[in-house]
Amino acid sequence: MPSSEQNGIKSWQLRTRPEQLLRWFFWLIGIAIFLFCWRLISEKTIWMFVEDSPRQAIDMAERMVPPKWEYMGKLWIPVWDTINIATLGTMLAILIAIPIAFCAARNTSPSLTFVRPIALFIIVSSRSINSLIWALMLVTLIGPGVFAGVIAIGLRSIGFCAKLLYEAIEEIDPNQVEAIEATGASKAQKLSYGIVPQIMPAFAGISVFRWDINIRESTVLGLVGAGGIGLQLDSSISTLAWTQVSLILIVILGTVVVSEWVSAKIRHAII
Amino acid sequence: MLRIDKLVKQYKTGDIALKGVSLEIPKGQVLALIGPSGAGKSTVIRCVNRLVEPTEGKIWLNDLELVSLSSAALRRARRRMGMIFQEYALVERLSVMENVLSGRLGYVGFWRSFFRKYPQNDINEAYRLLERVELDHMADKRADELSGGQRQRIGICRALIQNPDLLLVDEPTASLDPKTSRQIMRLICDLCQERQLAAIINIHDVHLAQMFAKRIVGLQEGKIVYDGPPDSLTPDVLTQIYGEEDWEATIEEVEDEEEIEIAMETAGASS
Repeated sequence: MPSSEQNGIKSWQLRTRPEQLLRWFFWLIGIAIFLFCWRLISEKTIWMFVEDSPRQAIDMAERMVPPKWEYMGKLWIPVWDTINIATLGTMLAILIAIPIAFCAARNTSPSLTFVRPIALFIIVSSRSINSLIWALMLVTLIGPGVFAGVIAIGLRSIGFCAKLLYEAIEEIDPNQVEAIEATGASKAQKLSYGIVPQIMPAFAGISVFRWDINIRESTVLGLVGAGGIGLQLDSSISTLAWTQVSLILIVILGTVVVSEWVSAKIRHAII
Repeated sequence: MLRIDKLVKQYKTGDIALKGVSLEIPKGQVLALIGPSGAGKSTVIRCVNRLVEPTEGKIWLNDLELVSLSSAALRRARRRMGMIFQEYALVERLSVMENVLSGRLGYVGFWRSFFRKYPQNDINEAYRLLERVELDHMADKRADELSGGQRQRIGICRALIQNPDLLLVDEPTASLDPKTSRQIMRLICDLCQERQLAAIINIHDVHLAQMFAKRIVGLQEGKIVYDGPPDSLTPDVLTQIYGEEDWEATIEEVEDEEEIEIAMETAGASS
């Protein structure tokens, strides 16, 4: 007990002494593990290369400037593809995520013992696999190109959207739903009047946020052949065309900045 | 009109909320249900429209037995019972008009309600009701822009547009200031008289109950311990309902305030 009495003086501490000692003990173990891992990594590193790295970095930076601006003409279409992959992938994900979210939320799930675990499993499996890995598999399944990218982004985003959406559904005010129910409304009406208006802001926020993340993710999908600007990045790196690489990095930065600005504006307008 | 016969409710936790409550309410009667928190006031009215499923007992609305109804028949029966809530339970993100019209959900099909294509008669009735509660200029505001008293008046409109036979009113004034509380209680009672509606009003403010209701029922630990007119609520009776306390002040205060109110109203009328 944090409160104790000794010689008529009531003292109070956040934790009792055994609790406090246990905490220090865990800290000690944590630090020991950290130092051990540090040594392991250090042994496997060739420090000569690391010492050389600043010079290498300066060298690479020198070879990157000036960016090859005339290469831009070949980048417009890949940038457009990248944005399309992100947008279509997000739309696909949302379409699938909505029913899954309603099945996963405690207060709307048709069955807590059967349907809910399945929905949660879909969410976890979609979230646990990175979109790059999805893309890698899909390129072998349906061939390289934008379509594989769209599906990869979609599959990866289902879990994210469904998870945030079902959490929003679980947090709604039950009184409003009860009031709609009390008017004699049907189940579908209860959904459209009692629940949907309450989760609309969360829904819009989640969609735009995910779209914003997907723009960034789709820029690398080309590395495994799933379309978009990553394809150009890959070929430029492998041909050591560093001035092209720097231009592509600038273009990616610009796209991400613009997408963040757009998503901030949209979220601000909705919420 | 409404007849409750030996109503018993036992919650899953094992708590017995109602221990055989029997009540009969004739057409047009306003009944105040008083009692301490946890006495089962809310459970009584929620059993009537089956937002809470009764464990035992029967409830008749006119000739219709409510406890045994199937879900489709229950929806039809709920249309005849308007409910008014403590925290208003308006759908916050919908407009005032949508909230009022949601009282018609039991009568309108899903797609009509989804596209907000309500019959002209319903819209006319909504405007009539909003005019009656002096909020017709607020029809296009969003519900969360309104003050507490205004929201409760919208809640009343939503219940009345159902064209009910019975009003179930759950602590209508608990979130309101004293003056607004009186206005809301007066409005509910006036409307019940205009439309010859029966009403059960849960209220913990003994004072307001005495001022507005013709009949008072005291509930204590799931049993009815008092059923009679407001002026025979003696300190003994209140002690029986709520427990030992000095009740003289409460009762005297009511008489004083009523006099002041009458005086003020006559002064207001003459000026």
